[in-house]
Amino acid sequence: MNSAPLPSAGVTDFSAIAVPSRAAIIRRSIFAAVGVFAMLVLPWIIYPPVAMDIAAWALFAISVDLLLGFGGLLSFGHAAFWGTSAYVTGYVAIHLGVPFPVAILIGALGAMVLAVPIGALSVRSSGIYFAMVTLAFAQMVFFITNQWSDVTGGENGLQGVPKTFFGIDAIESEAFYFYYAAIGIIFIGAFIAWRIVHSPFGRVLVGIRDNPSRVRALGYDVERYKLIAFVLSAGLAGIAGGVFAISHGFVSLQEVDWTTSGKVVLMTVLGGMGTLWGGAIGAAIIVILEDNLASSGFQGIGLITGLIFIACVLLFRKGIWGTAEAVIVRLRAGGRLSRRAKGPGVHADADPAPPDV
Amino acid sequence: MHALVGPNGAGKTTLFNLLTGFLRPTSGKILFRGTDITGRQPEDIVHLGIARSFQITSLFDKLTALEHLELALCSPTGLGFRFWRSQKRLGRFRGEAMELLDQVGMADEADREVGEFAYGKKRAVELALALALNPRLLLLDEPTAGMGVEDVDRTIALVSRISEGRTIVFVDHNMHVVGSLADRVTVLQQGTILVEGSYDDVRADEKVITAYLGEAHV
Repeated sequence: MNSAPLPSAGVTDFSAIAVPSRAAIIRRSIFAAVGVFAMLVLPWIIYPPVAMDIAAWALFAISVDLLLGFGGLLSFGHAAFWGTSAYVTGYVAIHLGVPFPVAILIGALGAMVLAVPIGALSVRSSGIYFAMVTLAFAQMVFFITNQWSDVTGGENGLQGVPKTFFGIDAIESEAFYFYYAAIGIIFIGAFIAWRIVHSPFGRVLVGIRDNPSRVRALGYDVERYKLIAFVLSAGLAGIAGGVFAISHGFVSLQEVDWTTSGKVVLMTVLGGMGTLWGGAIGAAIIVILEDNLASSGFQGIGLITGLIFIACVLLFRKGIWGTAEAVIVRLRAGGRLSRRAKGPGVHADADPAPPDV
Repeated sequence: MHALVGPNGAGKTTLFNLLTGFLRPTSGKILFRGTDITGRQPEDIVHLGIARSFQITSLFDKLTALEHLELALCSPTGLGFRFWRSQKRLGRFRGEAMELLDQVGMADEADREVGEFAYGKKRAVELALALALNPRLLLLDEPTAGMGVEDVDRTIALVSRISEGRTIVFVDHNMHVVGSLADRVTVLQQGTILVEGSYDDVRADEKVITAYLGEAHV
């Protein structure tokens, strides 16, 4: 690379994604409190293992949004980190017999270690090239996982991952109680993501998303910032993957499959890029949908999720969260809610260009 | 203070891109205060003391003017890497940021998002950003492009005020600006130096008149 891209008028348009004002921060804190409450009552409403899936996928989607919505980097290989952590967590839980939070922590650290070389080689590119490079690395991880069957179990996966937790029987054997033991880990992960976005680092990251050349001209090492964001995101994906592995009690090749990378991007886009919490909404919808479709014996899940993805991209690019926010802003401004705004096409007055990811 | 003039495609912006590391020269060396900066990264060159403004206004629409300055002032401190700290930490640059905004006459607009600004105000923020890096060498790419007469005169006054203690090299097509500010003028054409000298010498030069000045100097 002998020259950096020059600034141009066609800088990636993420204009739909605002840096939050003070009022927006307060509003979001209230939403966050509502979100925490919702997550706490979730296993009363739906089957606890499904609730745990929602929580794990929610954090996974948040980790992707940290990169995509705030760094402008679409990783199409995040299954590598979710999956690596799932395997490491499972392996540690089986062979070392440590309490499961420790296993998850080790798994997440494993994902971060893997993210350093992958990130270092990926962040030099951006846009579609970044997506392709991360996909390529994720496919390598899949291949290695499949071949290295002595450790990973190959196509059989890792079976019998225990929920070791200080011998407390209720947590170790009942999904309902396990949920409450594990949800704290998810909350910690979500808090870390929130902290990052609202840190000085987050400010620089948003600057890089909107105008990387300008940030360089201010003296920032853009690639280093991207790499740190990448590793942090991988760590959060790792926490999510670890929780998922413990919750299910087994780890399969599905966790490192490219469709897993695709699914989490779908959740993020559906929930709303650059909203952080939107990904959680997207995760809840997709997980519940898949669960219902699977138990009804329907075979074409991919068709449904594919159609949802197309609808998102074509009709409401801000996603559910972004659309809801736009409606609230409009209501607060005293603006009359136009008929169009009630439908999915809320972006009527400020239609952002498709994010150039 | 040095002015670069020349027709489109003469290589003025390319020269700036070379000096600030956005482009790498195919041959030759770039020396800055005796240090070889050839092929250094843009972010390193900034910290050596060369800052630039962009020809096409290049700002972050959703940040306020103040937040822009905070971002620039934060750059040499390493605070930007603190992902575990609150963004409120950036508040420590507030005083300095306000001073810089005041210098370019934008203190009253500090808390507005720059996306709302008219062109002239965006240029002022752009200039303040370059100043925030406290450069020894300041490169200004068409600081008055697209401005009305009033804004042009304000910018001339501003640039001459900030020139104290530093070298400024600027590109401008407006001969009024060049004449008022430049100690030396270099005329570029197709990547080579056509003429160099004081504004009056250059103005009188026949080559320049035929190549450029004749039609541009109204």
